[in-house]
Amino acid sequence: MDFEYSDSEVAFREEVRNFLRENLPPKAERDRNFLSTWLAEVRARGWVGFSWPKQFGGSDGGLIEQTILKEEMALAKAPPLGSSFMGLAWVGPGIMQYGTQAQKERFIPDILDSKVTWCTGYSEPNHGSDLASIQCKAVRDGDHYVVNGQKTWTSGASWSDWIILLTRTRFDADAKHQGITCLLVPMDAEGLEVRPIENMAGDRHFAEVFFTDVKVPVDQRLGAEGEGWSVTVSALANERSSIGEVTAMFGKLDTLKELVRSTTKQGKPATQDLKTRRTLAMFEAKIAAMKYNGLRYLTKQINGEPLTSETSVNKLHRASLEIEMDDFAVELCGQAGLQLPGGDNAIHNGRWAKASLSWPNVVIGGGTPNIQRNIIAERLLGLPKD
Amino acid sequence: MNFGFTEEQNLLREQVARFMQEVCPISKVREVAQSANGFDAALWQRAAELGWLGLTIPEKHGGIGLKWIDLTVVLEESARGLSPLPIVSQALAAAAILRCGTASQQAQWLPPMARGEAVYTLALYDDPNWIDPAAVTLTAKRTQDGIVVNGTKAFVCDAMAANYYLIAVRVEEELALTAVPRDSVSVTAQPCMDTTKPMASVQFDEVSLPADAVLPLSTTDLSYLTDLGAVAITAEMVGAAEAALHMTTEYAKDRIQFGKPIGRYQGVKHRLADIYVDVESFKSLLYFAAWTVDDSPDELPRAISLAKGYASDAFAEIGIDGIGLHGAIGFTAEYDIQLYLKRSKWARPMYGDSDYHLDRVAALGGL
Repeated sequence: MDFEYSDSEVAFREEVRNFLRENLPPKAERDRNFLSTWLAEVRARGWVGFSWPKQFGGSDGGLIEQTILKEEMALAKAPPLGSSFMGLAWVGPGIMQYGTQAQKERFIPDILDSKVTWCTGYSEPNHGSDLASIQCKAVRDGDHYVVNGQKTWTSGASWSDWIILLTRTRFDADAKHQGITCLLVPMDAEGLEVRPIENMAGDRHFAEVFFTDVKVPVDQRLGAEGEGWSVTVSALANERSSIGEVTAMFGKLDTLKELVRSTTKQGKPATQDLKTRRTLAMFEAKIAAMKYNGLRYLTKQINGEPLTSETSVNKLHRASLEIEMDDFAVELCGQAGLQLPGGDNAIHNGRWAKASLSWPNVVIGGGTPNIQRNIIAERLLGLPKD
Repeated sequence: MNFGFTEEQNLLREQVARFMQEVCPISKVREVAQSANGFDAALWQRAAELGWLGLTIPEKHGGIGLKWIDLTVVLEESARGLSPLPIVSQALAAAAILRCGTASQQAQWLPPMARGEAVYTLALYDDPNWIDPAAVTLTAKRTQDGIVVNGTKAFVCDAMAANYYLIAVRVEEELALTAVPRDSVSVTAQPCMDTTKPMASVQFDEVSLPADAVLPLSTTDLSYLTDLGAVAITAEMVGAAEAALHMTTEYAKDRIQFGKPIGRYQGVKHRLADIYVDVESFKSLLYFAAWTVDDSPDELPRAISLAKGYASDAFAEIGIDGIGLHGAIGFTAEYDIQLYLKRSKWARPMYGDSDYHLDRVAALGGL
């Protein structure tokens, strides 16, 4: 056991820190061109798709360097390294693993260069957690598929350029998992319609997406026909370490402590309230547990041992922390905690109130907590499937 | 960057696991727990021969000179089978002598400890639920050539088995540890719900102790020894909690109700998944805390308070739910899961409960 970094790892961390000092001005000083300059600069350094193979335009970055890069970016509260979160998180890795040479050349550079934004067409009105039962239909017709059906809860659909779409190409009862095919579809395709959905926080991040006789050329199929489930599972399994989230949550905890220091409860300083102190300490324990769980799993990976479903452990912690930390702040501040951005007495400009209505983005988006519990119970504890 | 165990540590882990299976299975644990002193001299001698009793004692004093992270491996594995060996008491007493003793006191006491010729135990606080220098209230009077102690140390682990006690006392407002041989005190066993962790009170009736049996104890020393106690107890909690999870999981796979193994029902499997999350998490926190003892001592207070603050309540819930998921059979004396419930209740207050440790985390974090 040791927590020392090698000379080259230390040098890499220093390189990232120096870059951030020079290229990340305080928010108030950022002009209109900041984001495009930022994206070009991090791309030029090879930090976008850092872990991807060099042949696809990545940097073959090692596991520890990836961790360092994420940690430093999160510490500096830097913007994302690319414009397409989903493109970098699973569409790109999926195309690298299952795509044809032509698909790789066509799609990968645009993801790395932040030219194209991707959204994900998985969930349907009747099939969310039970993803393998999707019904959106794709019928082969010569050199293209004709897609009919509906997706929903599609985050970013309104501003994305492309969608990675799960469709059903076989309908016989035995073919639940085998009958799924993955297609790559431009959002301006004829017959594709996006209808934004307002969420409880008043935002329009997600949308319904309707497909009416949408023609998709066969060369935009990812993987073989009927192989869509494997494409999805391996893409979702392309888990990143949780170090970025951990660093961000330690930062959030510090902000919560500041809030506690400036707040009274029943007329007394909130810092003296035992329940408040205990709650904050338990947040700290869970975030620290995520950190050290992540380091144990990272060590396993470095030693060449495969990770199975251990990442579900930190996902469950993150889900409860996402809900509880914002809710704690709202409750702590009483009626002032209820005021949204713009309110005269809004706390931290309504940040906590807004966040306490936005947690499903994270908590439900990547598989609900109960699905994570099923994964742990069945794959790690060996309990029988439902 | 490596948060894993070495090959040697993995071999040590296997050695302890084998010992627990072959030499000290749960039938043996129950037998020792029922015996008069809750102690088995033959087992103790085996442990000494395997080097476990001198693990953290320097080589010059006859030990092996390893670190607390190595001791953690032994404690975790032996607690998986609820070992009745007083290794925690011995290791804490050794740590106290190393921290507070003079060179000659160390040379006198440590070698027989490493050889297993004596059982030592450490007793710090008199208040049953208060971690603070003021909670050391047993007083001693200074005499010309030492101290005289009168009174009772009420909560002393493994006191029936011990040959020597390291007892915290207050000498004219100064804290001190005093090394007391068994034959100079009277010891009264106390019925305790966890019979694998025997507890007794130690009575002092005008007990005179020479100056060379007295060790100075600063409040920093007291805090340090308390933290080590929490590391040792939490290491045992990790092993015992994992065993309780394993037993309950296996039961859920086998037990058929409504035509299916109960482990298929989400009410059962989700609780087991949550237990897995908790055990993984306080295990990670504990490993880090155990590493800090020798390699980054400034980080020890926060690290161990995070670990024990999390583990104390989580393990207590695992104990209760372990019984609950077993149903009535878990309630029987014959079934082993109940022994783990008792261990979880025993471990909760030892060297600070969650209220103490979480409040300390808040204080160390600037609140």
